[in-house]
Amino acid sequence: MAKPLKCDLCDESATVHLTQIVNNQIHKIDLCESCAEQKGITDPNGYSLADLLVKPGQEAEEPLEVTAGGLVCDECGYTQREFKKTGRLGCESCYATFANLLSPALAGMHKGERHKGKVPARAVERKTYEDRLNSLEGDLQLAIEEEHYEDAARVRDEILDLKKSTKPEESE
Amino acid sequence: MLIKSIFGGKSEMTEASSKKCPVVLMTRIRLARNLSDTPFPGWAKAPQRKGVLETCLPAVASLTQMKRGITAEVEELSDLEKQILVERHLISRELSGSPEKAGVVISKDQSVSVMINEEDHLRIQVIKSGYRFKQAWNSVNGIDSSLEDELDYAFSSQIGFLTACPTNVGTGMRASAMMHLPALVISSQMEKVVRAVNQLGIAVRGLFGEGSDASGSIFQISNQTTLGESEQEIIKRLSSVLRTIIDQEMNAREKILEKDPNKLFDKIGRAYGILQNSHLLTSSECMNLASLVRFGVDLEMFPEKTRNIVDRMFIECQPGHIQHHAGKAIDSNERDAFRSQYLRNQFESIDKPVFTIQED
Repeated sequence: MAKPLKCDLCDESATVHLTQIVNNQIHKIDLCESCAEQKGITDPNGYSLADLLVKPGQEAEEPLEVTAGGLVCDECGYTQREFKKTGRLGCESCYATFANLLSPALAGMHKGERHKGKVPARAVERKTYEDRLNSLEGDLQLAIEEEHYEDAARVRDEILDLKKSTKPEESE
Repeated sequence: MLIKSIFGGKSEMTEASSKKCPVVLMTRIRLARNLSDTPFPGWAKAPQRKGVLETCLPAVASLTQMKRGITAEVEELSDLEKQILVERHLISRELSGSPEKAGVVISKDQSVSVMINEEDHLRIQVIKSGYRFKQAWNSVNGIDSSLEDELDYAFSSQIGFLTACPTNVGTGMRASAMMHLPALVISSQMEKVVRAVNQLGIAVRGLFGEGSDASGSIFQISNQTTLGESEQEIIKRLSSVLRTIIDQEMNAREKILEKDPNKLFDKIGRAYGILQNSHLLTSSECMNLASLVRFGVDLEMFPEKTRNIVDRMFIECQPGHIQHHAGKAIDSNERDAFRSQYLRNQFESIDKPVFTIQED
């Protein structure tokens, strides 16, 4: 008898074996019952772990890169392999790193691909503020380098104004 | 000390619903949030997890909603304490098994709990007894906004709040209702309901979430999708499904009473007999008996005050709670004996059921 397979997600013995053939690439996933249930694999209407990674019909785009490339997130070092194993991401930047894999998967698992809910006022405000500040500081640097001192003075005043007025405080 | 304060206060779960909506025991909304510029807990290194805990724990604990609440690091909790918190739905199993630098803050009335370093940096949860999504949303939304004043969230204008698992991205919201559906279970219609509901992007789970069984005919029904709709739209869609399920349950109840009342009376009568006289009861049997008595209360076979006793049974007959009541760690045989004794006492003064159908 062969050794019983272990679940890819935990160490329980695997009883659910999922095989998908996509572009002649065989993807095999072995799961224990509870992980399979969690991932919705035993549920015929759910989406499977494999769907997360390769969605039939969409895989033709960059199949070689997807299966062999093994993307790595610059920010946190999370790998495609890890993502494939857990179905989770390493950090917020992973959403950009794995965007090509994620976007068809998101479309399949959600009602749409754009956020329509609550927007965290502060986070957006802070980001706008930081973006504006960065851009002004860039302008200032440039003006000084190019010896446009009048411009530099104007930009410096703008920066001071920005820091005074839009310092993330009560908006509205 | 922690456990004492937990038992001192009433819980939304044990003081659950009223006659107005007998089917929905409680409503829950949780939001998944992460801090910007830090890896998600499952991938963060120990010092990063520590940093998140040190940033979040005081921010959460200082919320006005958390005044005189409980703040704890998971490492400080005993196994029994963790088990009791899981049984009360105040922390998840994942958090209770969390390796290090995980924490929880629970409000004094136990309606709010915020987990730190679970699957996401923050899991903010509000529980309300009965069918009250609006209040639950207002409360969780307020807490979220207050926290956002202090913390910098990971957010994308395109795909919303960024979460460790892409199944939560967008609103990061899971809204759920705990429903008691005995008639659908007795008439073997639950499978059909689950299938229909799944197709609408709504998930059905047991009392204790993913992978738990549905003992006691209690089901957790929640949205499965989090992106592409606003929070209000998700709640509206979920509510319309819940209303359909309530109607189905009510129809099934009527049908059972019409077709074969004796079969139902027999079940309820036996449940009462067992609760008054048994000497060994497992938690799963206990859940099923509580479910039948609760059904009986809905049918006015027992006085209304019995509802509170059975709603408490759903939580307090769980193994962790039994051990707490016993005052020491006891094995499962002893627990079964202790549980039956506790219930004999509870049911001693409950009058026997009235076996007539109340027509409305």
